[in-house]
Amino acid sequence: MRTTFFSTHKALPLAAVGLALVVAGGCERPPPQSTQLGYRGVGQNAFVNPRILAAQVAANVAPTPQPAAVPVAVTAGSVYKNLQVLGDVPITEFTRLMLAITEWVVPKDQWVDGQGCVYCHDIAVMEADTKYQKVVSRSMLQMTQRANRSWGAHVAPSGVTCYTCHRGNAIPQYVWTTNPGEKPRASGYVGLQNRLSPIPAFSSLPYDPLTTYFDKETVIAITPTNAVAPVEPKTVNTMKGEGTYALMMYISKSLGVGCNHCHNSRQFADWAQSSPQRVKAWYAIRMVREANKAFIMPLSPILPASRKGPLGDPMRISCVTCHQGVNKPLLAAPMLKDYPELGPLNDPAAAPGPAPEAVAPAADQADVVDGVATEARVTAQSVTAAGVM
Amino acid sequence: MAMLSFERKYRVRGGTLIGGDLFDFWAGPIYVGFFGVTGIFCAVLGTLLIVWGAAMGPTWNLWQISIAPPDLSYGLGMAPMAEGGLWQIITMCAIGAFGSWALREVEICRKLGIGYHVPVAFSVAIFAYLSLVVIRPFLLGAWGHGFPYGILSHLDWVSNTGYQFLHFHYNPAHMLAIAFFFTNALALSMHGSLILSVVNPPKGEEVKTSEHENTFFRDDVGYSIGALAIHRLGLFLALSAAFWSAVCIIISGPFWTRGWPEWWTWWPNLPIFG
Repeated sequence: MRTTFFSTHKALPLAAVGLALVVAGGCERPPPQSTQLGYRGVGQNAFVNPRILAAQVAANVAPTPQPAAVPVAVTAGSVYKNLQVLGDVPITEFTRLMLAITEWVVPKDQWVDGQGCVYCHDIAVMEADTKYQKVVSRSMLQMTQRANRSWGAHVAPSGVTCYTCHRGNAIPQYVWTTNPGEKPRASGYVGLQNRLSPIPAFSSLPYDPLTTYFDKETVIAITPTNAVAPVEPKTVNTMKGEGTYALMMYISKSLGVGCNHCHNSRQFADWAQSSPQRVKAWYAIRMVREANKAFIMPLSPILPASRKGPLGDPMRISCVTCHQGVNKPLLAAPMLKDYPELGPLNDPAAAPGPAPEAVAPAADQADVVDGVATEARVTAQSVTAAGVM
Repeated sequence: MAMLSFERKYRVRGGTLIGGDLFDFWAGPIYVGFFGVTGIFCAVLGTLLIVWGAAMGPTWNLWQISIAPPDLSYGLGMAPMAEGGLWQIITMCAIGAFGSWALREVEICRKLGIGYHVPVAFSVAIFAYLSLVVIRPFLLGAWGHGFPYGILSHLDWVSNTGYQFLHFHYNPAHMLAIAFFFTNALALSMHGSLILSVVNPPKGEEVKTSEHENTFFRDDVGYSIGALAIHRLGLFLALSAAFWSAVCIIISGPFWTRGWPEWWTWWPNLPIFG
């Protein structure tokens, strides 16, 4: 006699309902808001879930500016000692900025007797560079000024302040260090992908594109300049294309946007078909590379292990450090105008970042994947020597 | 075209859904019916409107002609003809033509006294089209979310819409649809090759029948689904492919706005993983 454990005509609908529940279970509730990014009909649209957006708006409120300082002719440098960056600022503006930085950077549980100054300063000798935090702060002030003065192509019109990254934390919430990866499991297997990671937006792509593309000036490209590419397999190939995709997924997730925020996917590499935002992102990548190299890496000798990754490299910045999941950090709140000493934006006296002429198809650039940069290394010293600061 | 001797037997009056005997006739070998007339009307009107749109457009290059839907700013309202209204009317014509075709199939089924499997199956394909140009745009609040009618432009739409979600291959319904499309191709190729193998015996031998067919797959993989059930399986696979294709695009936007890889974080976030 034939025995059936279940009847097909009952099990099939049940399986279908179960499958539908699994698919629907992780989803969002409609409707989303949509924005048209390009010509009608070609799918250049962006979607935002208003429920998620509401949470982002709440998390991206700029703090109330400090009360305006009384204008005085006395500079801070004439009163305080060892002011290497802010010596020319009026003394009242200087004090106001110190108060703001304390509010932005020093968590309340680090305050002593109602004061946050002690986080960086030796209260007995305020000008002393005894605490590493004070030296770091100086470099970070220079970095912020450099970003506003020379990288307006990326940070204008809102500009950036300490708060753009710090948001009340001594270490910004989103920093990165080189991922040491896993031991290779088998011959030829590079164990730097296929692990769950938010960096490549949870895809199976390589999970440390930041070291590859921000520490090194690796070519960012998926398309070789010639069709078959037999002569330049080292520059762009499928494997390196995956690294580029990982970086792009990272940027997308950092900004809460899709690929088509910057690109027209019919030809990613073509600038003529891309949106103006792609130019902003091009500058952003160069700005992040410079900021890490010139202002953060040189601090390595004075940083304690708690400010470094497992390989001993300092915690560094990248897209998400400022953006924190929104297209415009702090939803474009113009904080810089209240703290002009961190600017000005696009200072004509400052040395500019790379010129726009450098905006060339990525595959035309030389490949420097091994970390040997073609352009001279930018350091805090070289930037200062060039008269930027 | 001459009619075969037995064809007349199957050309019976009646079975129409609408219009009674009015259009209950054949044009050559083809049944007309009320829905044949509406189908022809919609198809010809829609095609002519596409030609008109092409005439208004910048090119006669067949690959580049594109009839684009309206800007999102028109929402679910009508747009001016030259700014997407044409797409809206062509969409109505397409839905009218596809629906007419399905209903004409229903009438033919009724005439012949057979099941409605063919129109039901065709309806799943219509549902997939409706998902793209009606259901999803409606859920998103603008007809502009439909795809453009152009050989290359609709591919641009597919590509850009996919990349809005970073990596569309992580869309769970897209995964199911692809799995069903591939399995469908596998089943059809196995079935097709098997039938051709039994009707093409070596010279001088007789055509084989179902016992040979069953024995081949029992020997080969231990199981033969059988002559009838292979068609049930084929229909299931084909309809599932189209159905999950429709689901995969309906959920992209209305039910998910982030990158599709991120959707899978429900799995590591299950409470059982602590």
